[in-house]
Amino acid sequence: MNDKKIAIAGLTVFIVLFTLPFWWNMAKAKPAPKPVISDKARAAGACIESKDVMAKSHMKLLDEWRVLAVREGKRTFVNSKGVEHNVSFSTGENSCLGCHNNKAEFCDKCHTYANVTPYCWDCHLDQKESAK
Amino acid sequence: MKNSRREFIKVAGISALGVAAASPVLNALASGGEVAHEEKKVVVKEESSVDSPYKTNKSAIHGARWGMVINTSMIDAKKAAKITAVCHAIHNVPEIPNKKQEIKWIWPDKFEHVFPDKEDPYLAEKFKEMPVMALCNHCDNPPCVRACPTKATFKNSEGIVMMDFHRCIGCRFCMAACPYGSRSFNFSDPRKFLDPAKIDPAFPTRMKGVVEKCNLCAERLAIGKIPACVEASEGAIVFGDLADPKSEVRKLLNSNFTIRRKEALGTLPSVYYII
Ligand code: SF4
Ligand code: SF4
Repeated sequence: MNDKKIAIAGLTVFIVLFTLPFWWNMAKAKPAPKPVISDKARAAGACIESKDVMAKSHMKLLDEWRVLAVREGKRTFVNSKGVEHNVSFSTGENSCLGCHNNKAEFCDKCHTYANVTPYCWDCHLDQKESAK
Repeated sequence: MKNSRREFIKVAGISALGVAAASPVLNALASGGEVAHEEKKVVVKEESSVDSPYKTNKSAIHGARWGMVINTSMIDAKKAAKITAVCHAIHNVPEIPNKKQEIKWIWPDKFEHVFPDKEDPYLAEKFKEMPVMALCNHCDNPPCVRACPTKATFKNSEGIVMMDFHRCIGCRFCMAACPYGSRSFNFSDPRKFLDPAKIDPAFPTRMKGVVEKCNLCAERLAIGKIPACVEASEGAIVFGDLADPKSEVRKLLNSNFTIRRKEALGTLPSVYYII
């Protein structure tokens, strides 16, 4: 019974230490960056789906695209409004990166913030990078 | 004993049903209502094939079994080099000085290497020196497809043996399975060997640890173009649908004696040679 105080103190120290990384991150957390929309994308008026869908599900859509284009040869995507789009992430003007030609400000910004490192660019070429 | 096993199966079955029925509810609960709604838009469509938002391109050309006839006598060293260069340029195939690590999609080789089973000490001199174009045969019975544990290598609905680079884990089983050496492995990052000024952004490069080979220009067929090597060959390579008796390739097969590589293996190549 005499050890009660010591035990509680020890536990408190343990819990604080154990959760320190969370506190640390919270203190450090910056607001999410806003991706910069390139002039070209802005001029196009709209993305293939609404901004909301793209922000939340672009990775799912791209995952579907790569399977359907490569494995089933289906390279035309009809969006929810019935408009057809070329199924391509990086090949030429008529592709995701063709419009979003500012990888650093558009893609990397959020990916870096969210600490995700998609390996798309191991193979797919950033138009600007390759133009250099 | 029998009874309890039956009981067990019954209970297991009922629980499985329960889980299956409950999972949509659980999913809906797990993700906030709005998010679930947004995500469904994309995912639901994928699941129902009837109402799929994906189609083949209008401009695509289709065949039931794509194949080629190569007229070797029409290809000299110069043309062979041109054909190779065109293919390798549009597909960002790197030129690696170390022969043991080189990457090839199409290349000229000696007759005796392309057709080792046609070995003949009295083969006419002109055949000995003639460049014979070698590439993936897009076999109708492809051993590479059977060997691939991830289905990164697969035969598509039009007879093309394709590589889905996204899925390749670099185990190289396919390379061991292919009897023609049609496949190359990226021992290092291929971009190191590509001239940045010449990289064609219209085709992705590969990454270290991935196998690659000729894809019969599937990306060009999708936009209505014939394979680049056929275009560059000025008539020496003819491309078409082997399943269509009226196709140009079938006409050539009808009027010429042709051979295929290592026919005895039963891989059923789709690439024919007129010698
Ligand atoms: S030539 Fe080799 S890589 Fe090409 S389909 Fe036949 S077995 Fe596969
Ligand atoms: S190396 Fe890649 S393509 Fe070849 S068998 Fe392994 S996973 Fe399949």
